[in-house]
Amino acid sequence: MTTPVLQATGLVKRYGKVTALAGADLELLPGEILAVIGDNGAGKSSLIKALSGAVVPDEGQILVDGEPVSFSSPLDARRAGIETVHQSLAVSPSLDIAANLFLGRERRRKGVLGSVFRMLDRQGMREEARRQLDALGIMTIQNPGQAVETLSGGQRQAVAVARAAAFGSRVVIMDEPTAALGVRESRAVLDLVLQVRDRGLPVILISHNMPHVFEVADRIHIQRLGRRKAVVDPKSVSMSDAVAIMTGAMEPPEAA
Amino acid sequence: MTTTATRPPAPLPEQRDRSILTRLQHLLHAQATIGPAVVLLVAVIVFALLSDRFLTPGNISLILQQVAVVGTLAVGQTIVILTAGIDLSCGAIMVLTSIVMAKVAAGTGLPGLPALLLGFAVGTLCGLLNGVLVTRLKLPPFIVTLGTLNVFFAVNLWYSGSATIRGTDMPKLLLWTGQTFNIAGTRITYGSIMLVVLVAAMAFVLKNTAWGRHVYSTGDDLEASRLSGIRTARVLLSVYATAGLIYALAAWTLIGRIASASPQAGQTDNLDSITAVVIGGTSLFGGRGAVVGSLIGALIVGVFRNGLALAGVDVLWQTMAVGVLIIVAVSLDQWIRKVKA
Amino acid sequence: MSRRAFGLTAAAVLALSAAACGGGGSSGSTTLVGLVTKTDTNPFFVKMKEGAQQAASSSGATVQSFAGKQDGDNQSQVDAIENLIASGAKGILITPSDSKAIVPSVDKARAAGLLVIALDTPLEPASAADATFATDNYKAGLLIGQWAKAKFAANGKQPKIAMLDLNPNQVSVDVQRDQGFLEGFGVDVKDKNKIGDEADPRIVGHDVTNGDPSGGRTAMENLLQKDPGVNLVYTINEPAAAGAYEALKAAGKEKDVVIVSVDGGCPGVNNVKAGVIGATSQQYPLKMAQLGVEAVTKFAKDGSKPQNTDTGVTLITDQPAQGVESKDSAFGLQNCWG
Repeated sequence: MTTPVLQATGLVKRYGKVTALAGADLELLPGEILAVIGDNGAGKSSLIKALSGAVVPDEGQILVDGEPVSFSSPLDARRAGIETVHQSLAVSPSLDIAANLFLGRERRRKGVLGSVFRMLDRQGMREEARRQLDALGIMTIQNPGQAVETLSGGQRQAVAVARAAAFGSRVVIMDEPTAALGVRESRAVLDLVLQVRDRGLPVILISHNMPHVFEVADRIHIQRLGRRKAVVDPKSVSMSDAVAIMTGAMEPPEAA
Repeated sequence: MTTTATRPPAPLPEQRDRSILTRLQHLLHAQATIGPAVVLLVAVIVFALLSDRFLTPGNISLILQQVAVVGTLAVGQTIVILTAGIDLSCGAIMVLTSIVMAKVAAGTGLPGLPALLLGFAVGTLCGLLNGVLVTRLKLPPFIVTLGTLNVFFAVNLWYSGSATIRGTDMPKLLLWTGQTFNIAGTRITYGSIMLVVLVAAMAFVLKNTAWGRHVYSTGDDLEASRLSGIRTARVLLSVYATAGLIYALAAWTLIGRIASASPQAGQTDNLDSITAVVIGGTSLFGGRGAVVGSLIGALIVGVFRNGLALAGVDVLWQTMAVGVLIIVAVSLDQWIRKVKA
Repeated sequence: MSRRAFGLTAAAVLALSAAACGGGGSSGSTTLVGLVTKTDTNPFFVKMKEGAQQAASSSGATVQSFAGKQDGDNQSQVDAIENLIASGAKGILITPSDSKAIVPSVDKARAAGLLVIALDTPLEPASAADATFATDNYKAGLLIGQWAKAKFAANGKQPKIAMLDLNPNQVSVDVQRDQGFLEGFGVDVKDKNKIGDEADPRIVGHDVTNGDPSGGRTAMENLLQKDPGVNLVYTINEPAAAGAYEALKAAGKEKDVVIVSVDGGCPGVNNVKAGVIGATSQQYPLKMAQLGVEAVTKFAKDGSKPQNTDTGVTLITDQPAQGVESKDSAFGLQNCWG
């Protein structure tokens, strides 16, 4: 049994009288794309927020590579190698692509210019950004010096994914990456998700879009009423059955 | 495991047929300072034609001196506005600082340098207070600085007793910014030079340091910055405190200009600094703009004032001109923001 | 109503009125005098406030002061008057920011039985106040104009005049001093109520200073740039004059140019002594306030209303000119304010 790269056991999170997570579990195995699906109110976003450090759970444990950790801020999760692509993308529209890629972890120039004058290595960051975009096969963005707001929705998504892939060393979490995109751009983003996995980074993918989920996921985690209801194999379960389990209309098949 | 080779790359976006106007929009979007620079150039040309006393080195140096105080304030105001904030208390901090510097030196015989440094400390603390109220109480900067404007002003009146302190009672260092030196046959004040150096330094920092980028991104999208791991509260605190220090520099320039420290000075400078920033192309919504733009904005106002006076135009029209400039600047900013891919 | 009921009601009404009157007379403790100034930053008004409070403590009255936020802030003064009426003030001393716009509030106060005295600046119409205790600002301008005229007649120079006014609003104090100066100098002022409509070629130009040294310097620089031959400068007040002096000094012209001003504040008179200002018209804000408080306490006692009083203006200069009465800076320093 391989150690999960990321594991959550018995997570509980309450917001006043509302219980968002009621003892949720999750395992992410190395080299896989784990899709997380669930109806509204199932606790998907709270689960993801806990894993990415945006929220501190009231009870339960999170383990990275088998070691227990506790995240008090998104920075802690990042330091543990977990990168998140938020639904809002968390990009600064007026800054350029390279600046956004390195936002919060800017590179400085070598020597005195960097340490005393704290000058940024803008050229170096731009070149690195170009390399990262190429590595993911993102051909549509010509110039890393372009401001992000001049990009289309899909291109912005690509930048956010490239950022996560560039800095993620253990896990990449993607929250509804195709939700706001058209058919063609969704296609491109799904390709990116596969690219990331193929580079050796496991991915947790939250999505409402069943066809997309069934296309890329290796396993599907079904969240219901604040708990994990089931983990199914997209090759052996049909889309309609998965939805039925998600809404409670059907009970999950016995675990393998 | 799939490889990239099996899936073709997504096609390029269609090349759009761009009209002149759209091209201009994109250009201004990339470089927000071009608009104000052009306005300044046109204004200089027009006024030079209206009066042959306008475009002389002496007069140009004069205009720079006239805008030096507001220009310095505007540098601090720029970084605050870049974070999508606004500082209505800048003039009050400046005057309070000038009174503290002057009164302490004149009253206790403290030499120039410690008095000056004390003034800088007071300015920075006032700015820090603004920053704390904005980040801890989470109140809109407009409201916070409206409140502190009154607080600082009241402290100023109380401490000064509404009395002006004369330059002759102060150490020479406090008046240094008003002293001139000769360059190419024209006299320039040290205060003007200080402004230019300050603008260059701040422009460098904003472009070339991580802090500078964080200032822009905090103003552009606060939540995105936070999620990216930027300590936005710290950024805001440092911005307001730095602005306070810059206002203290403006106080030094003010003392040099009027050879005194007057508690009634600077009443219109609060709004004048915001005017310079807005006309200079910095967006009030944050995340967009440059300090050079604010210097240009201050110069535009100074050029109009001086040029209209030389042309013998009634003062009423100066006020009108500034109003029109502001509206044009903000409308232009709105149009520029509409740039699409 | 039956006779008995009527009698009882009448008695009750009489008793209540007696109680009310008696209560009003004794519960008022001291006479409340309201002081409403244009701002509380200008030392002129700060002195006025002090003068009022001094006069009040010696005559057993209380002063409640209010001020606008800046010159021209009418609304704060309107609110202040309403506050004072509600607080039961017996009289209001006011330096109106907007002589016309404040009149309805003044009418309200007078209708409520308060005495209203305009200080320093008359209302428009002046009769809207019970009385006006003021400097004749026109006379203040006239005196320095006449002095300047005599001075230039004596030195034979061709005058080139720079006019440094307050702001574009053409408020009464600004207009009166400006036009008074010009008339005293011998310029045809055309419309006495308007600044800037003169056509005399000796005037280089008008600019505004906001009444502070920074504005004074900028305005002087611009007019000097327009015509470097400027040799006579009229300034709206002494802080503006101080700023103008700095501009002249920077241009190396401070010895060749004569500055005149109005106010008579202590820093200003010191500037006369130092040779920065050639002559200034001194006014007496303390006196205005004192007379005002006395008038209100008198009105509260016996209901008598005061007459208009010119609180006087004196020309202060250390270079007396032929035919123009003046006092020297030593006198000025004894009687100055601020």
